[in-house]
Amino acid sequence: MASQKEVLIDPIFNNNPIALQVLGICSALAVTINMSTTLVMCIAVIFVTTMSNLAVSLVRNRVPTNIRIIVQMTIISSLVIIVDQVLQAVAYDISKSLSVFVGLIITNCIVMGRAEAFAMQNGPWLSALDGFGNAVGYSVILIGVALIREPLGSGTLMGFEIIPTVANGGWYVPNGLLLLAPSAFFIIGLFIWAIRAWKTDQIEAPEYEIAPNGQYKEAI
Amino acid sequence: MAKLDKDSLRNTFFIAIFLCLVCSIIVSGLAVALKPIQKLNKELDQKKNILRAAGLLASNATESADGKTIEQLFAEFTVRAVNLKTGEYVDGVDLQAYDPIKAAGDAANSISLSSDEDIATLRRRENVSLVYIKTNGAGIEKLVIPVRGYGLWGTLYGYLALDGDLSTISGLGFYAHKETPGLGGEVDNPKWKKRWQGVRLYDDLGDPSVRLVKQRSPSNSTAASYEVDALSGATFTTRGVENLVNFWSGELGFGPYIQKLKINGVAQG
Repeated sequence: MASQKEVLIDPIFNNNPIALQVLGICSALAVTINMSTTLVMCIAVIFVTTMSNLAVSLVRNRVPTNIRIIVQMTIISSLVIIVDQVLQAVAYDISKSLSVFVGLIITNCIVMGRAEAFAMQNGPWLSALDGFGNAVGYSVILIGVALIREPLGSGTLMGFEIIPTVANGGWYVPNGLLLLAPSAFFIIGLFIWAIRAWKTDQIEAPEYEIAPNGQYKEAI
Repeated sequence: MAKLDKDSLRNTFFIAIFLCLVCSIIVSGLAVALKPIQKLNKELDQKKNILRAAGLLASNATESADGKTIEQLFAEFTVRAVNLKTGEYVDGVDLQAYDPIKAAGDAANSISLSSDEDIATLRRRENVSLVYIKTNGAGIEKLVIPVRGYGLWGTLYGYLALDGDLSTISGLGFYAHKETPGLGGEVDNPKWKKRWQGVRLYDDLGDPSVRLVKQRSPSNSTAASYEVDALSGATFTTRGVENLVNFWSGELGFGPYIQKLKINGVAQG
């Protein structure tokens, strides 16, 4: 049985859902163009993952095995609709710029993955911690990506100008690549490299080895 | 007591129905409870966009320089429904609830556009749209009309504001679009939007003649007064913006209404 602390802290660096399991990349590409949408997305994912793990764990002993995925999906999608509705009511501008991506939390592999892999086997309290920890691990990477993309891509952070761009009379020519989705791939790739250089046990064993060139007697 | 068989048919149905009920009650309850706030947000957002296009509200501010709130600023505007074909006011339209964009999707309340007419790629145009008029003692101060048209990735939705002479653009702003951030997305750039101020909309014959150009004509020529700088790296978005401005101020858009307004003043339309 894992300790509570491990369940909560492990997903942040040791078992990060994005960096080690490489899940939930899709939304990491889409919402990290600026920091404010990223933060709202992180809060939404933290809420959904924590609550869905809690709810799935509460009903886990009653749920028939053959409809368990549908049950999980129903719980997750209800939670996502709740988040979406609340956002539209309290933060209309941000919900407009997040548009479909809040809805797409439903398909975020992390939420579903944690519900199926952890919450179905563990008690409610541990499951909630696990959901929270994984969502925080996701958020750490997202915030890191946004911290690079927004300043270099548009010269701002949280909408405030920190590097004066040429368009506004400054000196910085914004790098348009950072506004496009592929840049998040590069940044996440670099993060994975950095984390694995720091925690070498995360490096996966190669799946095959290239055999040395042999010399064939016939050829000589 | 026998242990509960969770895989039994009975339990499967029970869980499925029970879960659906609980989830739907929570979701629908919340949706109904939050509906009034969401509606208010939407209306406030629309008012904000109209005021921004008219240049009465800075792009990030929620009140004007002299401290008026959005509601107060918007109260200075009169909203009227206009028949786009005749250019006359239509009475009996619920101005709060009427949505011109929705009407354009309804065959009974819109006309189909032929491909020559349809420069802004709308396919259908509503019969009745809304105008927002701000008057002062001397007459019309601002006229704001809703505009939309296709850019590169999707339709741009915005408002075009005219000055009191009804031939000079006072501002243009989009509240929803899908253009590429950094390229076509620069339609939101405040510096670019400022360039629309004072651009002439109609030529001497009364035809809409705004052009978005790469190379401006000499600044003292008449041609220059119809020109706005194109957005670099966004040819399709630029073309879309030029077309939608000319479409909505033209014969098939608000042209007939604006003509009437020029002759008759605000009262009769």
